[in-house]
Amino acid sequence: MQLTRRDLLIMGSVGMATAALGVTPALASLTDDEIAKITGGAEVGAGDLSVTAPEIAENGNTVPIEISAPGATMVAVFADGNPTPNVVTFKFGPLNPTHAASTRIRLAKTQNVVAIAQMEDGSFQKASANVKVTIGGCGG
Amino acid sequence: MASGVKPRVKVPKTAAAGDSITIKTLISHKMESGQRKDGDGNLIPRSIINRFTADFNGENVIDVTLEPAISTNPYFQFDATVPESGEFKFTWYDDDGDVYETAKQISVS
Amino acid sequence: MKRAKTYASILTVAVAMGATSVWADADEDQLVVNGEIEMITEAAAAEHLEYVDTVYSGWRFRSDETQAFQMDDFDNPAMIFVEKAQEVWDTVDGSEGKACASCHEDVESLKGVRAVYPKWNESAGEVRTLEMQVNDCRENQMGAKPWKYTGGDMANMVALISSVSRGLPISVAIDGPAQETWEKGKEIYYTRYGQLELSCANCHEDNYGNMIRADHLSQGQINGFPTYRLKNTKLNSVHARFKGCVRDTRAQTFSPGSDEFIALELYVASRGNGLSVEGPSVRN
Repeated sequence: MQLTRRDLLIMGSVGMATAALGVTPALASLTDDEIAKITGGAEVGAGDLSVTAPEIAENGNTVPIEISAPGATMVAVFADGNPTPNVVTFKFGPLNPTHAASTRIRLAKTQNVVAIAQMEDGSFQKASANVKVTIGGCGG
Repeated sequence: MASGVKPRVKVPKTAAAGDSITIKTLISHKMESGQRKDGDGNLIPRSIINRFTADFNGENVIDVTLEPAISTNPYFQFDATVPESGEFKFTWYDDDGDVYETAKQISVS
Repeated sequence: MKRAKTYASILTVAVAMGATSVWADADEDQLVVNGEIEMITEAAAAEHLEYVDTVYSGWRFRSDETQAFQMDDFDNPAMIFVEKAQEVWDTVDGSEGKACASCHEDVESLKGVRAVYPKWNESAGEVRTLEMQVNDCRENQMGAKPWKYTGGDMANMVALISSVSRGLPISVAIDGPAQETWEKGKEIYYTRYGQLELSCANCHEDNYGNMIRADHLSQGQINGFPTYRLKNTKLNSVHARFKGCVRDTRAQTFSPGSDEFIALELYVASRGNGLSVEGPSVRN
């Protein structure tokens, strides 16, 4: 059998697609598992919850993020491409007017920062931001 | 990790009653993730600040659970309502059992 | 007529692959720290720079998020180390029963010092870096042990001393007795080192503004040192950075505190004449 260049390209892309299918759900499930622990499987919607993060981080070691969660009692933040997805959990007390917080986090590679908020009525919201993590020019 | 840990907080000295003010906090800490290996290939054990709280006159503003994905020298910025004059109390809890505290007065008119 | 930047270089390959419209030459952002210290991040190049018309602070090559770290002393993690050095400044050490403060009182008395170092020391008959001067004080005034050249105590103290000069223009002298050292530093700057055969100039003069893989190359100015790097979350001294750069050319490096790095520091500092002292800055 003769394989043309085109055949090889098609085989290559199918192979890559398969690999992607095999890998992505496995990675996402770590985060999904953690989210399920919080929600107990309840439906998760969108709302005023927001995650602000740089589109491109110059170094994954220190990435500034901001969470804004009006009406939430608690926000948990996950990084779906880190070895362990948990990043930070904020619980807002009675003297917190904005239910917003900023911090600096570690991201092992390009990935999504995912926030799950538990609202005052017990419902859940989800928001995420994709951050591209670059590596240094010459390892120095 | 008790050596070299130094908390810093930034709180306005004055505010009007009921104002929302912005607070910044930073504590010097390695936040050893437990994921890194030393020169001999052995895992360096995790050693992080795992919780941070801010209270005003005994009422909670924010209660944070930190994981190893928080960067070295943990930084937080958040807002607080100040109903009256009083004291902010900030507390960091270390994996090794140490607790670091600092307080700031604010006068409200 | 100064030569335009040469784009023809092996590094341009990385540029072609990595550059997007997001990255270009130095950006147009203005650096004001704490809303009060106005930094000069762009200046006409000093006369002695043959191939560059304008000098830029490395801050201008960083992303908005990284830039923001340096715009407020509370957001700048380097200031933790400045505060630690302030405690050391006031603490007696050594056989003479002295602290830094015993002679210099408030650290503000050293305002302007960072801007003129490295500097010729007449009595010692040598060009001295700030680190050398700190250790001279420790050994000969305080009777204390010298600090490791690139160690934490030293980086912290140099950051404290730099911090009180922030905003002042760098103005190191390159003539008179310092000239010989300066010439030596210049020669090192233009010498290709290592298996990759790269000189300082190949990246930081010929290719600043371009991408080296995913990194935006600056002019390699040292007005922001010591610098807190997001990469290693600590203060980095000038000579430690020189060592890292030379190592990355896959060469045997000179040692921090060596005559070669002292000369190179004088030369590189002089390339930033006119830019503000920014140390301790924040970089990636």
